[in-house]
Amino acid sequence: MQNPYLPYPVRIDAISVETEDKNLKTFKFVFLDPADEQKFAYRAGQFAELSVTGKGEIPIGIASSPTEKGFVMFTVNKVGLVSSFLHSMKVGDVMGLRGPMGNWYPWERMEGKNVVIIGGGFAFTTLRSSIIYMLHPENRKKFKDIHVIYGARTPGMLLYREELAAWERRDDIHMHITVDGTSDPNWKYNVGFVPAITEKKAPPAGSDTYAIVCGPPIMIKFTQPVLDKLGYAHDKIIMSLENRMKCGIGMCGRCNIGKEFVCKDGPVFTLEQLNQTPREY
Amino acid sequence: MKTIKIEKGQWAPGLEKAAKAFRLIGPVKEKDFHSFKPLANGALPDLTCLNTRLSPKSLVYPQSEVMFTYSLDESREDHHQLKEAVKDTSPRAVVGIRPCDAKAFTLVRLNFDTPEYQDPYWLRAYESTTFIGLGCTSPCSACFCTSAGCGPYHEEGLDVLLADAGDHYLARVLTDKGAKFLDAAGWKTAAKDADKTVAAMARAAEGKITSFVQTENLKSLPNNDLYSATFWEEVSFACINCGTCTYSCPTCWCFDIQDETRGASGVRMKNWDSCMYPLFTLHGTGHNPRGTKLHRVRQRFMHKLKYFVDKYDRGIQCVGCGRCVRLCPVNIDIRRVCNMMNGFAASGEACAIK
Repeated sequence: MQNPYLPYPVRIDAISVETEDKNLKTFKFVFLDPADEQKFAYRAGQFAELSVTGKGEIPIGIASSPTEKGFVMFTVNKVGLVSSFLHSMKVGDVMGLRGPMGNWYPWERMEGKNVVIIGGGFAFTTLRSSIIYMLHPENRKKFKDIHVIYGARTPGMLLYREELAAWERRDDIHMHITVDGTSDPNWKYNVGFVPAITEKKAPPAGSDTYAIVCGPPIMIKFTQPVLDKLGYAHDKIIMSLENRMKCGIGMCGRCNIGKEFVCKDGPVFTLEQLNQTPREY
Repeated sequence: MKTIKIEKGQWAPGLEKAAKAFRLIGPVKEKDFHSFKPLANGALPDLTCLNTRLSPKSLVYPQSEVMFTYSLDESREDHHQLKEAVKDTSPRAVVGIRPCDAKAFTLVRLNFDTPEYQDPYWLRAYESTTFIGLGCTSPCSACFCTSAGCGPYHEEGLDVLLADAGDHYLARVLTDKGAKFLDAAGWKTAAKDADKTVAAMARAAEGKITSFVQTENLKSLPNNDLYSATFWEEVSFACINCGTCTYSCPTCWCFDIQDETRGASGVRMKNWDSCMYPLFTLHGTGHNPRGTKLHRVRQRFMHKLKYFVDKYDRGIQCVGCGRCVRLCPVNIDIRRVCNMMNGFAASGEACAIK
C-alpha cells in the first residue's frame, strides 16, 4: 500500500525574491531520488504539499510547467508558521514534496479555443505554469488566441517580471499587464484594477472562449460581474480555489464546499459548478 | 449461516485461549463510564455495558497517531527525511462492540479507502481487527439505530454477532475472520434453530426503540436551498462549539496533521480535529470560510445528513448510537435536526418545522 502522506525528499536548488516587499520568494526544488520526478508527473493547475520537516505542510500551486524538466518550482507568500520558516531556509536544505494533488485546468476541453487568463497578485503561480505550457512549441498550435490580464498593486509586486516582459514582446500572446497605481513615470503598461482592465481588454465572449480566473477574493468578486456583462457563460469561466488544507487527498475534512473537496475534486471548478455549492471558500 | 452455541461457563476459558492468537480488547468500566481497553491477564469484557461513553473509533483511528519520525540532525544521512513509524498490526479482536459502532467503521471506510488514495494507518489497523459484536437486548432511550440504517442486531461490519440467550451465547459467524476467532477460542458446538431465536430477539429489541429519524427526502432536496434554510440560526443558537459531538461520534473522521519536535528529532502526527472549531478552516490571511458557529453547526449536520448522502448513496453518516444526543451540553439533538431537514420545503419552510 502506497502511503499518500509520505513526501518525496527534495533539495532546495535555487531561491529568488520575487517582489519588492520581499514577502514572495520562488523556490526551485530537485528530487533527491531522480526517479521521484517521474512519479511527480503533473498538469498545469495542480498543487502540492510543501513539507518542511519539523514545521508542517502547506498546499501551494505548482508554478513550473510540465514542459520544464529537472526541477519543480513554487512561489510562496510569507504568511504563517511553515511559509515563514521556508523563507528562512537556504539553497541545499532538504525538505519534502507531496503530490501532485487536485485537478488541473481543462486543457483537453480548451483545445482549439481562445483562452483568457485573468490573474491578480500572487495567485499568478499556476497561471504562469499554464502560460509556459501553452506557449511551448508543441502546444501553442493547440490553442487559438491567448490573452493574459494580470494585475498587482504596484510594478514591484508583479511576479515573474522578466518573463512578463518577454511575453510582451511576442506576437502569439496578448499581454495586458496592469497595476493598481504607480509613481513610475516610465510605466508603459496599464493602470487600473483587474476588473476594469478586463472590461476594456478581454476578447468578446463566445462558445470558443474560456476565461481562467485566479486571484484574491476581492478581485474575483468584481471580475465576475464584468465577465457576466461581457456575456461569458458560467461553464466557460474556470476558477481555481484555495481553502485551508492538511491532507490534500480528500480525507481530513476541512476544505469542502458542499460535497466537493477543494483539494481532490478541485481546486479547479467552473463557475457553473460553484453555483451549485455553498460559497464556503 | 453457521451459528455456534457458547455456554457461559465456556466464555472465560474460550477467551483465555483466544488471547494466545489475538490481542483482546473489550469494554471495561472505569469510574462511572465504560471504555474500550486491552484485556490483560484474563480480564473479561464487561458485557453488561449498555455502551461505552466514547465510541470505539479510536481503536482503529487513535485520537493522536504518529505517522512518521524524523531527525533534524544534519550529521545523519537521512536528516529531514520522514520515516514510517512502526505499527503493531498483529491480529486483535474487539469483543463486545455494539452493532452501531461496528457499522460506523464501514461508513468511515468510505473516506479512508478511496479509488485514488488509501490511508494506510486506518486500513491496516482495521484489517488487523476482528469485531465480535454483541446484540442489544435493552437499547438506550437516545438510541435511534433502526431508522439510521442500523439496528440492535445489525450485522454489517461485524465478524461475529453474539446474542445473549440467558445461560449461553448464540454466536452468528459472519465472516472467515469471525470463524478463525471462534476456532481460536475452541467454541465449536453448532446451535440448533438459532436463526429463528436470534431473529425473535432482534425483533423484540427493535420494538424497544422509540425514537426515529426521517431521512427519505434528504437526497432529493436541493443542496443550496437546504444550506440557506432559516432554521440554522435557531439550531446553532445554543451551540458552544465544544466539539463533544464530533469527538464522541463513531462516524466523525476529521483530522489535523502536526509536527512535534523535541531537540533534534520529532514526529509527524495525525490528531482528531473537529468542524466545530474556528481554526479548522481558518486561512493564513485571516479569512475564514466557516467563520461563525452557524457555519460550523450547519457544516456538521449538512455533512452527515446531506453531503454524505449525496456523495456515497449509502444513507446518512450516522448510525443512531445516540452519543451526541446524550452528551451535548446544550441539548442539540441530531434527531430533531434531521427531521427538520427532511421536512424542509423551500417555499413553506415555517410549516415544515414541527
